[in-house]
Amino acid sequence: MDIHEYQAKKILSDFGVTIPRGGIAYSPENAENKAREIGGTKWVVKAQVHSGGRGKAGGIIVCDTPLAVAQATDKLLGKKLVTNQTGPEGKIINRIYIEEATDIKKELYLGLVFDRGSESIMVVASTEGGMSVEEISKEKPESIIRSKIEVAVGMQNFQAREIAFALGIEPVLIRRASETIIGCYRAFSELDATMVEVNPLVISNQDQILALDCKMSFDNNALFRRNQVSELRDKTQENSNEVYAADRGLNYVSLEGNIGNIINGAGLAMASMDMIKLAGGEPANFLDVGGGATPEKIVKAFKLISMDEKVKVILVNIFAGINRCDWVAEGIVQALEKIEIKVPLIIRLAGTNVEKGNEILKNSNINYIEANTLEDAANKAVKALGK
Amino acid sequence: MAVIIDKKTKIIVQGFTGKMGSFHTEEMIKYGSNVVGGVTPGKGGSKHLNLPVFNTVKDAVKNTGATASILFVPPAFAADSAMEAADSGIKSCVAIVDGIPSHDMIRIKRYMRRYTKSEKMSLIGPNCAGIISPGKSMLGIMPGHIYKEGRVGIISRSGTLGYEAAQQLKNLNIGVSTSVGIGGDPINGSSFRDIIGKFEEDDETDVILMIGEIGGPQEVAAGEFAKDNMKKPVIAYIAGLTAPKGRVMGHAGAIVSAYGESAVEKVEILKEYGIIISKNPSVMGETVKNVLSKS
Repeated sequence: MDIHEYQAKKILSDFGVTIPRGGIAYSPENAENKAREIGGTKWVVKAQVHSGGRGKAGGIIVCDTPLAVAQATDKLLGKKLVTNQTGPEGKIINRIYIEEATDIKKELYLGLVFDRGSESIMVVASTEGGMSVEEISKEKPESIIRSKIEVAVGMQNFQAREIAFALGIEPVLIRRASETIIGCYRAFSELDATMVEVNPLVISNQDQILALDCKMSFDNNALFRRNQVSELRDKTQENSNEVYAADRGLNYVSLEGNIGNIINGAGLAMASMDMIKLAGGEPANFLDVGGGATPEKIVKAFKLISMDEKVKVILVNIFAGINRCDWVAEGIVQALEKIEIKVPLIIRLAGTNVEKGNEILKNSNINYIEANTLEDAANKAVKALGK
Repeated sequence: MAVIIDKKTKIIVQGFTGKMGSFHTEEMIKYGSNVVGGVTPGKGGSKHLNLPVFNTVKDAVKNTGATASILFVPPAFAADSAMEAADSGIKSCVAIVDGIPSHDMIRIKRYMRRYTKSEKMSLIGPNCAGIISPGKSMLGIMPGHIYKEGRVGIISRSGTLGYEAAQQLKNLNIGVSTSVGIGGDPINGSSFRDIIGKFEEDDETDVILMIGEIGGPQEVAAGEFAKDNMKKPVIAYIAGLTAPKGRVMGHAGAIVSAYGESAVEKVEILKEYGIIISKNPSVMGETVKNVLSKS
């Protein structure tokens, strides 16, 4: 789960990271007042959307007067921001963060992620702040500092110090820099985060170390024990079909093609998508109804796919293990009694009681095309598209 | 013997009396697995499915001599149960549950470092289908009847894609020595490399089929290991050629975040290591058949 910049800043500041003064606004008047409250002579108006690359997309505006802050807010609020990460549909701007401007002396990069190879938490830092980590690893790979943290004992002061010195931070600021790095580590480790990125982490002309922009993502599997984090979810930033799916226990990713998929198991779902592509088609989605493929999940899956207007053909591929094909077939029959499908439907069942399952489908009123293998199903789906 | 489990392996079930635990225990017993009891804290001393229930894994191990366990414990409590198994002398533990937080998985793995190699438990999963040695034993939730006895070792991150492979092999009259589901999570108990090494040493396995997917470094690490240490042929299929970058594809671990983690890149790298590639998921069986006919 992703959260907004201002939410991530609030969290990090609770862990001892310094952030510029700022406040959230929902209207231009609100924003103007916030600017006066913050004080100073220069403010940054920042569109809050779940995406990087906001600056280049026009989502960040520097203002010299509270009135300009109001105008900038008016310009952004309610609009869709299209960045290089959001896709062409963009993301809606519902909140604006007003922040005092910072005089920047130096921009640094600080990120924390899981390192799947070493199964530890990895701190990644660079002197080339402001660029994305992908750009840094392409253009200035020599600037990257990595440090693996032993999770059982947590990050030690010396590890933070080593990073701070490697970043070329002046001796008087090392202690503050170490506290900042350890604060980020603690936020990552104590809140079940999967990513913390402060980019840029800046040293100001006043020699403050500040998190100027930050992002945090959290482990969905751990949200059950992170109530305060789960409350930060902003569904307006997610694809509406994906929200619908996630709320119903389905693993769904919306894609660009027109062949809708209902499959059990993530691996089989990816494999079916690969087969569709090889057969000359394009998948409209990834959808895993879970290994068990219970009738309830299948009903929900059909509902979800029928909501997607891109879908011109539906491919159902269920490998019934413990859940038998006859149950799955009954689930499909039940689903199609409730939901009207107007596009061609290809069904491939495999595994336990496959004959019984196909028998049930055949004897029902469902209008569908039977397929036997993965390849057969993909070919028939692509063929049905042409009709 | 096959890898990890055989006919004699004594199995206990953690989360024994729950709905999932009960259902799959009955399936395992039907298949012929030697299930000797189960653990549900607070229900020790009672009987369930005609088998003894224990309060702790240590009690169960002491009274039954079990060396393997399977976890049907909800995700919030699974890490605790896995560590309990590790501390009680269990040698192989399969965690079926989907949804264990990554931070918990790291904690389990760190915890297990306290044991020497000989006392260390091998953890399989989580978020996996488990292990089956056809005709011998099943420590998992797969449909046993789709597996034919034979000499192909299967390792798969995905459960259902592993079934698909077993079915394709069976249709070609090819059998399986053991199939191991290592699970779809970013951090898992055993990696492809851990299991591939066991198959290399197993005299009942001739070839290995590795079914990977996008995300993480494990397939590549296994390929490198195979190049340097293995004589048996390794065949691989990597799912997710069409998966977009940066999106989680169902499995929490199926996300491309770095170079070498996409399906195309993994296939390229594995080829360089001499791994035989199954071009698409519908020819996994045929690819194995071709390799077998050459050797």
